[in-house]
Amino acid sequence: MSTVLELPVIRERGQREVFCGLTGIVWLHRKMQDAFFLVVGSRTCAHLVQSAAGVMIFAEPRFATAILSERDLAGLADANDELDRCVRQLLDRRPDISTLFLVGSCPSEVIKLDLQRAAERLNTQFLPRVRILNYSGSGIETTFTQGEDACLRCMVPHLPESTSATAELMVVGTMADVVEDQFTRLFAQLGVGPVHFFPPRMARDLPPVGPNTKLLLAQPFLGETARALIARGATLLASPFPFGVNGTTAWLKAAADEWGVSADRLDAVTAAPAERARVALARYGPWLKGKRVFFFPDSQLEIPLARFLYEECGVELVEVGTPYLDKLMISSELLRLPATAQISEGQDVEKQLDRCREARPDLTVCGLGLANPLEAEGLRTKWSIELVFSPVHGYEQAGDLAELFARPLDRAQRLAV
Amino acid sequence: MELTLWTYEGPPHVGAMRIATSMTGVHYVLHAPQGDTYADLLFTMIERRDKRPPVTYTTFQARDLGGDTAELVKSAVRDAYERFKPDAMLVGESCTAELIQDQPGSLAMGMSLPIPIVPLELPAYSKKENWGASETFYHLVRTLLLPLAPPPGSPPRESVTAAATRENRRPRCNLLGGTALGFRNRDDVREVTRLLSDIGVDVHVCAPLNATVKDIQAMPHADFNVVLYPEVADTTARWLQKTFGQPTVRTVPIGVLATREFVEEVGKVAGVDVSALLERERAGTAQVGASRSLLPWYSRSVDSTYLTGKRVFVFGDATHVMAAARMAKDELGFTVVGIGTYSREYARPIRDLAAALGVEALISDDYLAVEQRVTELAPELVLGTQMERHIAKRLGVPCAVISAPIHVQDVPARHSPQMGFEGANVIFDTWVHPLMMGLEEHLLHMFKDDFEFSDGATPSHLHASPPAAGAERPARAESMGAQRLTPLSSRELEAPEAASAVGFAEEEDEIDAVVAVAPIVTSWMASAEAELKKIPFFVRGKVRRNTEKYAHDRGVAEITVDIMYDAKAFYGR
Repeated sequence: MSTVLELPVIRERGQREVFCGLTGIVWLHRKMQDAFFLVVGSRTCAHLVQSAAGVMIFAEPRFATAILSERDLAGLADANDELDRCVRQLLDRRPDISTLFLVGSCPSEVIKLDLQRAAERLNTQFLPRVRILNYSGSGIETTFTQGEDACLRCMVPHLPESTSATAELMVVGTMADVVEDQFTRLFAQLGVGPVHFFPPRMARDLPPVGPNTKLLLAQPFLGETARALIARGATLLASPFPFGVNGTTAWLKAAADEWGVSADRLDAVTAAPAERARVALARYGPWLKGKRVFFFPDSQLEIPLARFLYEECGVELVEVGTPYLDKLMISSELLRLPATAQISEGQDVEKQLDRCREARPDLTVCGLGLANPLEAEGLRTKWSIELVFSPVHGYEQAGDLAELFARPLDRAQRLAV
Repeated sequence: MELTLWTYEGPPHVGAMRIATSMTGVHYVLHAPQGDTYADLLFTMIERRDKRPPVTYTTFQARDLGGDTAELVKSAVRDAYERFKPDAMLVGESCTAELIQDQPGSLAMGMSLPIPIVPLELPAYSKKENWGASETFYHLVRTLLLPLAPPPGSPPRESVTAAATRENRRPRCNLLGGTALGFRNRDDVREVTRLLSDIGVDVHVCAPLNATVKDIQAMPHADFNVVLYPEVADTTARWLQKTFGQPTVRTVPIGVLATREFVEEVGKVAGVDVSALLERERAGTAQVGASRSLLPWYSRSVDSTYLTGKRVFVFGDATHVMAAARMAKDELGFTVVGIGTYSREYARPIRDLAAALGVEALISDDYLAVEQRVTELAPELVLGTQMERHIAKRLGVPCAVISAPIHVQDVPARHSPQMGFEGANVIFDTWVHPLMMGLEEHLLHMFKDDFEFSDGATPSHLHASPPAAGAERPARAESMGAQRLTPLSSRELEAPEAASAVGFAEEEDEIDAVVAVAPIVTSWMASAEAELKKIPFFVRGKVRRNTEKYAHDRGVAEITVDIMYDAKAFYGR
């Protein structure tokens, strides 16, 4: 066990300046092109998802909200009948949809609207054309990226039973298609396979799972999904996450070891892209080396990204905040952090802001609500949400990842006004 | 239950946030779960505010629900008071907290804090953002001013002229309704203040935008009130009129004609002669150089003849829609083919206006209904909100934003009001801007089969495709494709990007120079070409160019996926 795992962690409980799990819809609805997400909630939920999606909408969204009204709450209308009507209306409009997620929210949880039963009821009407699933993205139970965990978790029981007699690899967590293709090529060169990605690009193409399934997690916020897959017989390959050269190599090695790939072959396959990534990274070294970075808790990516910045960019870590610590997910990462990094779990935003102002870091990684106000106080910031929405995994993106952190520093130096 | 893709208005507590954020010294404690803090980014990102909204969220979780969420409210109120030392505090709840019925307002009232506490009850399941803003403003003003109300039986307020003469000062008014996140409210307040000053009237208090608690307490000392945005300020102005006898100016000065009427109404209420000012800005005779109001002349100049009868659809909040419809018809010579609003509270005046225009009113906050109406009407210009921008983009119709909800591009750095004579000038420019200029439109229609006009390279102009003239609705995919390719015009690709981190500008310049003289002889393997297509459209051109240059410099004839990534790594972003 590393020293870090025993280090005192600041645990705080107070105002959280973090999105709720509904926000995951923003990327999940783009990843699975035949899926639609129907939030059952309030006007606040609708407003939240559209505000978080913001400028990213180039086309009609595959999400919507069934907004609860006074009538539903007062029992003047049967909320279940109303929900069925909304679902019919929606599926009439979008015949291209094959999977519909009913997404629970704070109000639907508090009034105990049973979306599990609603999904079962609607499935009797719409299967096989549309499969209806449900999960909760409510802020009283989930934080930001936990929404993806809850979504994938609810798909797990529907994955087909694998009939494979030999090992299969399942990569879990949303990544850009282009990044998946890069990894697919690397796995093929290593002789690791067959490889399935979860979530799939089409929600109807669910990957198989069984006792021969080996799990490689691409994202650090999928603890419940991993546990559910393990319960279906899969084995988790422990590894750091594939950020930067070291993370990517370690991640590939975890699979390579399982498949009995020789060290020479791993080196041969990874040497060129790893070298390329080092070239790309070197460009940003001068910007990042020795810089002091402070992470506010946001996406759960904080610890893996802090490890990347520390190991490969020479960054000094001031505080690394994370919404919650899931040791199953994050132990391999924590082991690699320096003992000087202060980890914090949860949030009391005003106190954390006090610490941040006191520390005057060179770069503060934080959410959109905090970024401009901190800039106005003279601190350089990096929006953390961009780290979730950009392709940052793997060798070919290592340089891009460093650049995301270097850009605010570059910009600060350029501006003379 | 109502199926919604987009919402025009947020929940009512966001309206309350707009009031708190507009002011100084007011803090809002909101009983709400994690996630509701998303609303902060509306202010810090869309309006680029340099401070967080003055809001404390209790952030209760599922595990708190069985326990004491009320205690959470009290500690949040206490902490917020001690940390921020506000002059007044709003206390309320969001949709989820409403269900658990902790009554945070009453809890805070019971804490004996030495400042005014305004409890807010904003029903989240029946009301919306503008109502929440109006209600919050009203309750705040009422709480602060009720102790100052004249006792029943007091003599009626003296006339504006008498008061001003006696105190040897100009008449003065309160400017009511401007808020954070209101469409151009910041600039409107500045512009109307200038206009009033030209008339001879001083602004006593502007509220809620830029007001302090002390300002609110000084409001009864103004001679009258000007309501800029009735959606937010009408209720408050009615109460002030009833309680303090202050007359109200209700004309909203958007458009040249409405601004003239506003000036006349202010003149009448304040007892000021405005004829000289109106003579200077007279519609129909305004001349460049002699007048602040250029719209009348710009509209009459021959260049504007191509605007004649353009079919326009107008949608937004009631105030801006009513003003825009009138301007479109009477000041730009468009044909209004439809109007509508999401402000159900104002359905009646909108219906009346529609009847006067001979069109049907759409009273709805259903984005899909608006989209359907725009599709049916096939207008040549849409004047709407951020939502209509999406609709218009899909349909390939030009669009200008006239009303909240807005996005970051609707909060320009420059002074860009909607109100007053300058506001009308701004509106003229804004509405004409997205339209194809007369000659360009002809050329595009005439030569639309020209290879540079089709698919890959869209017209040099702003929007995706020519206006849907002749009711020809472009297929969704086509219009999207065209839209996406717009940024890839040759000029943009040629311009060196300023994003390279460590100052490789020199190198990039060199690339451009070489590419310009050396035609590419390398070829792309199908797999590499396919890989390239996976890259976001807005950087694809640059990646292609860099890769070809990289291959060319190294004498590589065939570009593979690896070469592409080698180049990507070599050049960086």
